[in-house]
Amino acid sequence: MNKKYYGKVVYDLSHPGRRGYSLPQNNLGDGLAQIPSDLLRTEAPRLPEIDEPSLVRHYNNLSTNNFGVDTGFYPLGSCTMKYNPKLNEELCSLPQWQGLHPLQPAETVQGALHAYHALGKALCEIGGMGAFTLNPYAGAHGELTGLMVIRAYHESRGDGKRTKVIVPDSAHGTNPASAAVAGLKVVEVKSLPDGTIDTEALRGLLDDSVAAVMMTNPNTVGIFESSIPEIAEMVHACGALLYYDGANLNPLLGIARPGDMGFDVMHINLHKTFSTPHGGGGPGSGPVGVRKGLEEFLPSPMVAEVEEGPFGATYKVVRPEKSLGRISAWLGNFAVELRALAYILSLGRDGLMLAGPLATLNANYVKESLRHLYKLPIDRVCKHEFVFDGLADKSTGVTTLHVAKRLLDHGFHAPTIYFPLLFHESLMIEPTETESIETLDDFIAAMEEIAREAASDPETVKNAPLETPVRRPDDTAAALEPKVSYFDL
Amino acid sequence: MKTYYSPTHEYARVEGNIALIGITDYAQKALGNVVYVDMPEQGDDVTAGEDFGAVESVKAASDLIAPVSGAVIEINEQLIDNPGLVNQDADANWIIKVEMTDPSELDQLMDKAAYDAHCEAEKH
Amino acid sequence: MGHRYFPHTPEDVARMLERCGVKTLEELYADVPAALRLKGEYDLPPQMSEQEVRDYFAALAEQTYPLECFGGAGFYDHYAPSVIAYITSRSEFLTAYTPYQPEISQGTLQYIFEYQTMMTQLTGLDVSNASMYDGTTALAEAMMMAVAAGRKKDRVLVASTLNPFYREVLDTYAHYHGIHIDTIPAKEGATDFDALSGMLDGAKDVAAVIVATPNYHGILEDLTGVADKVHAAKALLIVSSPAVTLGAIKSPGEWGADIAAGEAQSLGMPLNFGGPYLGYMCCTKALMRKLPGRIVGATTDADGQRVFVLTLQAREQHIRRDKATSNICSNQGLMALYAAVYLSTMGAAGLREVNSLSAAGAHYMAEALTATGVFELKYPERPFLNEFLLRYKGKVALSTFVESFAMSGIFAGVQTADDELLVCVTEKRSRRAIDDYVERVKLFARQQGNV
Repeated sequence: MNKKYYGKVVYDLSHPGRRGYSLPQNNLGDGLAQIPSDLLRTEAPRLPEIDEPSLVRHYNNLSTNNFGVDTGFYPLGSCTMKYNPKLNEELCSLPQWQGLHPLQPAETVQGALHAYHALGKALCEIGGMGAFTLNPYAGAHGELTGLMVIRAYHESRGDGKRTKVIVPDSAHGTNPASAAVAGLKVVEVKSLPDGTIDTEALRGLLDDSVAAVMMTNPNTVGIFESSIPEIAEMVHACGALLYYDGANLNPLLGIARPGDMGFDVMHINLHKTFSTPHGGGGPGSGPVGVRKGLEEFLPSPMVAEVEEGPFGATYKVVRPEKSLGRISAWLGNFAVELRALAYILSLGRDGLMLAGPLATLNANYVKESLRHLYKLPIDRVCKHEFVFDGLADKSTGVTTLHVAKRLLDHGFHAPTIYFPLLFHESLMIEPTETESIETLDDFIAAMEEIAREAASDPETVKNAPLETPVRRPDDTAAALEPKVSYFDL
Repeated sequence: MKTYYSPTHEYARVEGNIALIGITDYAQKALGNVVYVDMPEQGDDVTAGEDFGAVESVKAASDLIAPVSGAVIEINEQLIDNPGLVNQDADANWIIKVEMTDPSELDQLMDKAAYDAHCEAEKH
Repeated sequence: MGHRYFPHTPEDVARMLERCGVKTLEELYADVPAALRLKGEYDLPPQMSEQEVRDYFAALAEQTYPLECFGGAGFYDHYAPSVIAYITSRSEFLTAYTPYQPEISQGTLQYIFEYQTMMTQLTGLDVSNASMYDGTTALAEAMMMAVAAGRKKDRVLVASTLNPFYREVLDTYAHYHGIHIDTIPAKEGATDFDALSGMLDGAKDVAAVIVATPNYHGILEDLTGVADKVHAAKALLIVSSPAVTLGAIKSPGEWGADIAAGEAQSLGMPLNFGGPYLGYMCCTKALMRKLPGRIVGATTDADGQRVFVLTLQAREQHIRRDKATSNICSNQGLMALYAAVYLSTMGAAGLREVNSLSAAGAHYMAEALTATGVFELKYPERPFLNEFLLRYKGKVALSTFVESFAMSGIFAGVQTADDELLVCVTEKRSRRAIDDYVERVKLFARQQGNV
């Protein structure tokens, strides 16, 4: 990453009369002349005018002020920032996919439907589910879809009084937000001091007004909820369904399946567990799986396998019988799905069996290496991630935010900070299985160095970052007088 | 004129059947720099115990819960352009002026001493 | 043991286990009850080499035939400049996380800021968010935003001429979110705004009116006076247009809309069998604090530099939880880069030309097809841009016609009814391709004894 700040936006480079495009001419005149002028724009939009070489240089320079997984280590808790294989990029960009219109006749898109079906089948095997839809565009969209499946299920039974969804107080903000969008009321259930769900408190909340209980497992602090069979039993006994938020699925690869734990509905983040790139915040993909018996509620459209013919199976696009409806234009973020399929094929069953345990090993290695310098509120074997509650020595005034910002100077992305809300100084670390022991050792050394520096020279740490292209942007000014377009500047 | 407090840190400063509603000094300190106050419109009704807007800082937001029911007869328009006034003086910078429909709701609220004790308890 | 994506050697694993105080990887999972453990291995093939995965995909691709595309219906085959693929594949953009750490994310933040600026220009509104998933969900979010802004109002009026996929997504969200949708009827393929007046008259519970232009029939809706009617009922006007068309047609802002939301795939993104695409959403300054999704704003840093951050975050789910306007978390960050690069490359002049070429091709083709006698324009009096609805007058089934064209490598259009074909022409369709299509129609008609 370039430490010098580039700082220009493309409008700064605009110059009247320059152009970066060329278009094929059809010599049919100006088509807009055929349209009544009162339906046309009166003023042209103010867009940049720029030549191609300047444009390419601009975006290249912009990119050098960005940090990605290919730049360095991202210990970002709950985000599973693993390596994004290059083969996947190659295979999702084939011209056969790029030129494919969704509404072409089915016989011309068999390969695409096959890919969708194959990925769904693999996810069923990994999740222990009966069927998957790949249509949801992101994790939060998957949660929403999953909750709609649950509502459609209750509605189909004429059970209209189930309006509540129970989420742990340690849940990611999308859980309650998704529940609210799905028209459900959110009830929080307390966590025990070790971060696991308080089963007795949960029992007290369960009645015939509960539609679902949403959980991650391992939970947000990286601890496996061993009482999950008991939880599943009491949730089902009250007639509710158990929802698995797949944010933390990675450490269970090769170990256990949500379906076998008693979960009825789940979503998977392909951009976490299945290595598709985060793209600076999307596009992701949030497939939703359901246990057998709930497939008829899945969103429309779905891909169905038509019986095997002489040339192999054929596929068609269908609407499930009691479908909750449409939640996307077509079959989801298809090119993201292709990447995940390539990843699963590349790892295969033997590679997948290794991914979870190695992610868990990496997390425990970092935890055990730093526990003498950072406060470890939950002292157990963790899974893919764990939480420190800030520095062990609180006397220096150096906070989690300072540690996170100082890490940027060491060339690392910051961990997730101030989440979960269970601790005041949460510093949540998830290394993933694609990091080597040398990278982890470098990170550990940086964390040690920061702890030492916090004691010897706390002011330096508090002023971090010192070496990044920009330093400590004024968030308050940004929110007080929002400048959200170039013409606001 | 008498001031009442809710457990969610709103105050109601009452004269006759008119109440000035704002957030307490304790609440503004907890929020940090206020960057936006989401207010109802004049003429809207508010209901005791229900939210009527929100106060936002950079990284937090707090719903405004009406301590009493009634009609909004005025909003503090100064807060539109200058939400930071809430930080400067939360007591002086009320958010809405309400004509109460049921002044007996005030009995459910706290006086200054009880509210101070409530804040003290919340810190721990 | 091992895989090319995992750096761990057996020696590394041994050292690390020792640090963790356990002897085997298995011991790290001692807290997972035996009854829950996966029995054996997944029923999946063993790992494949790169070449084997390539071969697998090649076999899939062999059963997939991109056609010369005369179909639209919300998915558009526009020309994409080569610089887009180059820039968007830079790993600094591609492999970055959401820009929570602005100090090391200025690249992402700046292109989103550029994107926001360009979208406000296209829509003629004040504020754009950083993107939504796709056009259908963007419109659903706009509906929910309007209902949230309208406080206790829970009814939304939607034009019957809206793309049915969009309507289905609105219906789904409305059903679960507790919103009631009524349909505004159409006359001659365009929304009947006199009927809308009647529906709004005296209505107190209408939060928003949703109209698309061009509509599902390709017709350009005339929204003169509509915003005034809608605002008189204290409702919000939401207008949805494919983003590329806004380089030519009157913008939602010019029509007086409060919110613009729709699909921006037409700004340089490949068809890709439906995704990933890019939902856009813009609104007036008055509604800014209700806008869902991320928003990037400019500010200054400790050294006084103009820098960019995620702002107005108090709207979002990670702070507001169940009180947030939306549950959206990440969006389509990288696709916003596609749009920013596309719009920078094309500029206003290029964007106008794209629409001019498409419209010229479409009008030329509509006339030529009408002249064959096999088709006629369903709504001949209505203005259209690059998409038009035909009525098929042939004797054999229209589906047979569409299939026979597919056999010749042509996607003839989207069949919207037994005798209706929705045809789209973009600047990528050459005059020769159009002429070829028309000749094939004549040939088909002769062969089938149609004329």
